[in-house]
Amino acid sequence: MRPLTVSRLLLQCLILAVILFCVMVLALKFGAIHVSLYGLGRDLLRVFLGKSSEISTEYSLILNLRLPRILLGAFVGAALSIAGTSFQALLRNPLADPYVLGVSSGAAVGAILALLLEPHLALTPEIAAVFTPLGASIGAIVAVTAVYFLGRRDGRIDSNTLLLGGVITASLLSALITFLLTVLPSSNFRGMTYWLMGELSAVPSRPLAWVLRVGFAVAAIVIYTTASDLNLLLSGEKEAMHLGVDVRRVRLIVYIAASALTGLAVSVSGAVGYVGLLIPHLMRMIYGSDHRILIPAAAFGGAIAVVIADVLARTIAAPSELPVGAITAIAGAPLFIYLLRRRFA
Amino acid sequence: MTTGVKSAARTAETARVSNEPRLSVEQASYAYTPNPQQAPVFTLEATSFQAKAGEVVAVLGPNASGKSTLLQIISGALQPLSGRVLLNGFVTHQFEPRTRGQRIAMVQQESQLLFPSKAWEFVLQGRHPYGKSLRFESDEDVTIAQNALAQIGAEHLADRWMDQISGGEKQRVILARALAQQPLLLLLDEPTLHLDIGAQVDLLETLRRLAAENRYTVVVVTHELNLAGEYADQVVLLQKGKCLRVGPPASVYQRDLLEQVFQTQLTVETGASGRPRVSILPGLS
Repeated sequence: MRPLTVSRLLLQCLILAVILFCVMVLALKFGAIHVSLYGLGRDLLRVFLGKSSEISTEYSLILNLRLPRILLGAFVGAALSIAGTSFQALLRNPLADPYVLGVSSGAAVGAILALLLEPHLALTPEIAAVFTPLGASIGAIVAVTAVYFLGRRDGRIDSNTLLLGGVITASLLSALITFLLTVLPSSNFRGMTYWLMGELSAVPSRPLAWVLRVGFAVAAIVIYTTASDLNLLLSGEKEAMHLGVDVRRVRLIVYIAASALTGLAVSVSGAVGYVGLLIPHLMRMIYGSDHRILIPAAAFGGAIAVVIADVLARTIAAPSELPVGAITAIAGAPLFIYLLRRRFA
Repeated sequence: MTTGVKSAARTAETARVSNEPRLSVEQASYAYTPNPQQAPVFTLEATSFQAKAGEVVAVLGPNASGKSTLLQIISGALQPLSGRVLLNGFVTHQFEPRTRGQRIAMVQQESQLLFPSKAWEFVLQGRHPYGKSLRFESDEDVTIAQNALAQIGAEHLADRWMDQISGGEKQRVILARALAQQPLLLLLDEPTLHLDIGAQVDLLETLRRLAAENRYTVVVVTHELNLAGEYADQVVLLQKGKCLRVGPPASVYQRDLLEQVFQTQLTVETGASGRPRVSILPGLS
């Protein structure tokens, strides 16, 4: 018997953080402008030392344009992976993921409605910054609630019904999104469609970036405090209850927190699919299904995956760019089918 | 002086606890209504029985007689419609989730794992009600989990994956997890369902031994009349939501009563152990 200890957890997190850091530095290197790793390292060091004025224009361009985008990608990947891990445990469905369950679509509808309402509400800049992520989070919570009730049969969650409920909710919401984008005159159809496919080119404003950071930290910590309860929920709500888990409380806070994470990610990147599905599985293969290590591992893994996917999106068809959601879907869909064939459901 | 009074009080408390019933089901009833506007689809009528520490109670009855519902009420997972269930004087459905996990352990019919885990990880889950916020297991937890596995002779399974062991072995590991909870009350819902006859006898003998060694009160729902007759101190006989009789097997196992409940012709004899033994009479029903 070797139960998880704090030192082992920290060591694994440190290893993953180092990998993420290396991937981010490499991601800075790739793109339309070619730069050397040496130059990058030197300028990064200067930034860390507070000597930003000494860095060259070329590198300053890269640090100002690529770095925020990479950080955004890391944020989106981590948020979606934590949400996916939580949904999989809570719904007892290994194929659950914000995208598959229609939660991302719910968030997208919420975000679009917020964007459309915003000009009519005369909001202060601070509230306006929160408005879209808030709309997206509420949209995500509404969608997950609907899917949850669709998936319940005789008081129990039925795995297949739940998945079908999610697929149908997602398609209904996609139709609603198309309708909104077509009918409403103010919408920038092409830009919106591109955003919906998942992209990271819109760097968030400073207040929005703060909302994302704080929202992510709060939601991730809240979910992490339930990590050991989620372990027990894997064998069913009744069993968890008999082992001392306050199932109703855990369910409520994790649903809200995971939906909020999805909402935050969707509000800045659109629907980046499959990250929340595949990364938790991949991490489970490496670290096992103990959520006390799985949740942070999935966060790092998701961040690494989206940063890599974004590099591919920027470089594969250069000089034009693909939406990062297209890359994750191309990689993710076949893996999803593989998992389905292995009868994980 | 004060110390003397305290110790006298403690002795009295100990005496009271050991003489008085640990589990007391008092006129507990339940009605399952999927739609509040409709009549309930299933009712469990008022049921009462008591059990002391170290006793094994078997709940018997045909399908849909309310056995599992009764067990859920005892566990505190369901709130009875009327009446109450007391464990050492406390109402079970009013326990905080953690306290309930420390007092009452439940072994379900089957435990389906979403993702495979090692047997030792599974048994350590039994320590969850005792842990702090993130519940990193202490050395003591590990020792208790190891002892739980040892008590049912399953130490060799510790490093095996739960989805790669046999039904009987899995049942043992699930039981070990319940023991790791160090409960006062051990509840089992048809634990013998998927086991062959050897494993069934083995499990019931283990329960008997655990009840004696650890002073658990054990309530087990089962279809196995003969096993219940052999190993239980008390039998609760249910039919269509009614509690027909409660008592030692010899008083409950009466031919007319069992024939009426199970709708088949049978004979009841006294076995070599002095306990009742039921045989069905094929072709006569």
